[in-house]
Amino acid sequence: MTHAAAETSSRYRPSAADLATASPMIEIRDLVTHYGKREILHGINIEVRQGEIMVIMGGSGSGKSTLLNALLGLLRPTSGSIRILGQDLNAITDIERTKLRQKMGVAFQGGALFSSLNVLENIMLPLKEHTRLDRNTMRIMARMKMQVVSLAGFENLMPAELSGGMIKRAALARAIVMDPRILFCDEPSAGLDPVVSSAIDDLILTLREAMDMSIVVVTHELESAFKIADRICVLDKGHILTIGTVDEVRHSPNEHIQNLLNRRAEPEILDPDEYLRWLTAVNQ
Amino acid sequence: MLDGLGDRMERLGRSAAAGMAEFGLGAVLLAQVMFWIVAGPRRAQPVRLEATFERCMEVGIMAVPIITLMSVTIGMMLAIQGIYSLRIFGAEEQVVLGVGMSVVREFGPLITGILVAGRTGSSLAARIGTMRISQEIDALSVMGINPVRFIVAPALIAMVVMVPILTFWSSIVMLTGAGWYISLDLGMSAGAYIDRLTEVVRVGDVMHGLGKSTLFGVLITLVGVINGAMVSGSAEGVGKMTTRSVVLSICAIIVTDMIFAFLATRS
Repeated sequence: MTHAAAETSSRYRPSAADLATASPMIEIRDLVTHYGKREILHGINIEVRQGEIMVIMGGSGSGKSTLLNALLGLLRPTSGSIRILGQDLNAITDIERTKLRQKMGVAFQGGALFSSLNVLENIMLPLKEHTRLDRNTMRIMARMKMQVVSLAGFENLMPAELSGGMIKRAALARAIVMDPRILFCDEPSAGLDPVVSSAIDDLILTLREAMDMSIVVVTHELESAFKIADRICVLDKGHILTIGTVDEVRHSPNEHIQNLLNRRAEPEILDPDEYLRWLTAVNQ
Repeated sequence: MLDGLGDRMERLGRSAAAGMAEFGLGAVLLAQVMFWIVAGPRRAQPVRLEATFERCMEVGIMAVPIITLMSVTIGMMLAIQGIYSLRIFGAEEQVVLGVGMSVVREFGPLITGILVAGRTGSSLAARIGTMRISQEIDALSVMGINPVRFIVAPALIAMVVMVPILTFWSSIVMLTGAGWYISLDLGMSAGAYIDRLTEVVRVGDVMHGLGKSTLFGVLITLVGVINGAMVSGSAEGVGKMTTRSVVLSICAIIVTDMIFAFLATRS
């Protein structure tokens, strides 16, 4: 067993029994979404429980970013429901949604740090907007989160002066500054070298341990998914292929999943009529 | 041939619909800003004063050098043209009337509006466009921070406050530049120039110019924000929409100016 693997296995992981009895934090029922006339997600059902790390995996165009946007309330579903902490995301008032969002943290793929603010100001922003704490307390809280993500000492740097790994850390610090109950991470390891990527995975595991939050990670990085996930949901063309533990997914008999895990390209099946319609743009 | 005509009509219809949608979006944005100014403090989410002051600095104070330079030049140019034209009728002395009225009612607001559209409207569109493609706007939404309150309201308040102030400054500088040339060319003393100016320019003329410039400030902000919010793709999209924002702002300013002048001269 490698050192990294040994370290990962020594970390806290909730058992299947723990998860079965934990309260649901996110409940997605029969979720259907469209972009224009095109249906992207076709009746998705997922449940994420307290303290669970759920990894949503899939190839390009599988619908994982669309699912994340729907979960964040950035995309209104056509039908179905998303309940977060017991509240239907699309049936609550604006004020209720604002309050609910204070219990959710999001680390975007590119960080989405505000370029006009330095790192500390970026991390302090949710506190400034949603609390009446004095400035010194906010600074202390933001510095504490910077310590958690190993970014202490970089308070005054601007986002443009940060490396890729530092941007991800700063984004995570901002996402957890309000002590959310649910954390969403969009491609946390994308674009990072393997060492930094592994450090970010460790950080996600540490956050779960320290703050007992539920974490939803959208990624297509297999190694990262296997390292951090309690359960993995594999999406393909807007359908769920499987939801299960790392071992269940690894040993799934599903051909698409095995192709994804083994990086095997799937042959493109071209319908001649469909191709002709696309060429001549009949439906556009 | 009929097919071609049909296509052109369809494109025209689509463009008209898109244009109307932009108008509608502008009205919604304006209403939302008003809402946050009034209801923000009650929801414990007031419009950020710090950001509003920053925007005021950017829109107003930092634009003073270029506005001053352009205004003094245009003031002198008006005086040169005015004297040249009136000399034909031997009425050079009347140049103060022409310069005074045209500067306060037209050139001050128009030149300031065009310069602010080029300088601040473009930067607003570029900033919002960049924030959009780097997911900063999404980040605000998911943090429970309303992007209109956070970004648009400070910019709009700054424009509504600073564009009339800049216009007032621009008019004074233009009149100073014109006065300087007139005193050189016609030998009119500064005192006589100011006396003549106060005779011909009424408070109503000044208010006409300032009222118009307030409207220009609102237009520049809304056009900049809408174009910034429509950015898609990459940096190329930001450049495209920034250019569109400047062109549309200037067109909107000139058309509004004409309508305003027409209505004001009827009453």
